[in-house]
Amino acid sequence: MSTGNMNLTLKVWRQKNNKTKGALVDYKLSDISPDMSFLEMFDVLNEQLINKSEEPIVFDHDCREGICGSCSMFINGRPHGPKDLVTTCQLHMRSFKDGDTIVVEPWRAKAFPVIKDLTVDRTAFDRVIAAGGFISVNTGNAQDANALPIPKNQADAAFEAAACIGCGACVATCKNASAMLFVSAKISQLALLPQGQPERYRRVQSMVAQMDAEGFGNCTNTGACEAECPKGISLENIARMNRDFYAAKFVSEEDI
Amino acid sequence: MASFGNAFSSSIGKKLIMGITGLFLISFLLVHCFINSLIFVNDGGLTFNMGAHFMGTNWIIRAMEIVLFAGLLVHIYQGFRLWAQNRAARPERYAVNNGAANSKWYSRSMGLLGTLLLIFLIVHISKFWVKSRFTGIPTQDVNGNHDLFAVMVETFQNPALVLLYVLAMVSLAYHLLHGFASAFQTLGWNHKKYTPIIKSVGVWFSILISIIFAAMPVAMYLGLIK
Repeated sequence: MSTGNMNLTLKVWRQKNNKTKGALVDYKLSDISPDMSFLEMFDVLNEQLINKSEEPIVFDHDCREGICGSCSMFINGRPHGPKDLVTTCQLHMRSFKDGDTIVVEPWRAKAFPVIKDLTVDRTAFDRVIAAGGFISVNTGNAQDANALPIPKNQADAAFEAAACIGCGACVATCKNASAMLFVSAKISQLALLPQGQPERYRRVQSMVAQMDAEGFGNCTNTGACEAECPKGISLENIARMNRDFYAAKFVSEEDI
Repeated sequence: MASFGNAFSSSIGKKLIMGITGLFLISFLLVHCFINSLIFVNDGGLTFNMGAHFMGTNWIIRAMEIVLFAGLLVHIYQGFRLWAQNRAARPERYAVNNGAANSKWYSRSMGLLGTLLLIFLIVHISKFWVKSRFTGIPTQDVNGNHDLFAVMVETFQNPALVLLYVLAMVSLAYHLLHGFASAFQTLGWNHKKYTPIIKSVGVWFSILISIIFAAMPVAMYLGLIK
């Protein structure tokens, strides 16, 4: 299997910090195994840079099994590279050809400032989540699993929304750098379940207000986010968020 | 005291305004297309002039005309504002961005298509609406109605204008191809039963209405309608 026969040219975005301007820098890599993950290929490159006493490339990664949402590379014009429904860490070099030139950039959005090289600051997402606040559930012993009856399709839809790992690929690929797919997934996972009802209409208003304050763009329904999302989060969530927002603003009498 | 707060100034509110005004403009297109299609009766414009006379004199229509211009201006203003905000949300562009891999080019070019339509509208309104409402139509037909039809026939003898109209209708088709279904999504109408219907109605509507509109100057230029 592993013949180690790939030679690649990488054009990687190098940027010292948020204050300085960055640029694409060329790197030649040889003997890359097609069975390596994209991040392992970066590990090899960084080893070589360290051996040459050069500054290694900074990039985000943690679990490397597609569930933490840390990895965030814009590869050849697409977040997480050319494959659908995978994160960068789950992307393998066999998805590329020998001799390919691969351009790797960080997520680009005003709300995601570059920290260094390919790492961006995604704490804007954390602040949106925090703005959502609490849900009213009883603490203490775990409740009986079926104490609250929930229709199967409703539970499935909530689960699918909750699959969002908050990687930010939606923002990265959106021509408007809009965060609506992310925010709508976080709103939907609670709005669809009985446990999320008491604060449902407060939550949508607070989270949308925080999203706007962070400087994300406005959704224009191009559908790029849904197409690029490694977890297949659906645009239906954005429509649900819009409905909840209208209900909160035009039906509810409570101000937020 | 309870208020609507940032209902309209929020990101979702701004899109709501785009969606509502967009759907309103679509409803206008239907009326406009129906009245103008009366030229295809091909009776020297008598039926069409009658329709134009009704549109120009009925007070409900005249009142709606003001609402129409207001809706159009809001749609244009909000469109440019959203475009500027959305550009500002990504100060540094990508060196390589493969948008074609995940979305349609026209859904990413609504601002450009809309601007082309605005340029067309300025020409279009000055050629017909200003004449029929203010500067006056020089001749009358046998029924005593202003002969707007004659102005149309005369205008569309100019091949450059015919070309402008056809190109504008191509822009309209693509603008609607995204805008029709997008408006419903913005309004929160995403439903497994209705969305496929909305999408296919949107495609048919966009293509048909643009073809019918484009056929008018072309037919007049070729002398098929006179």
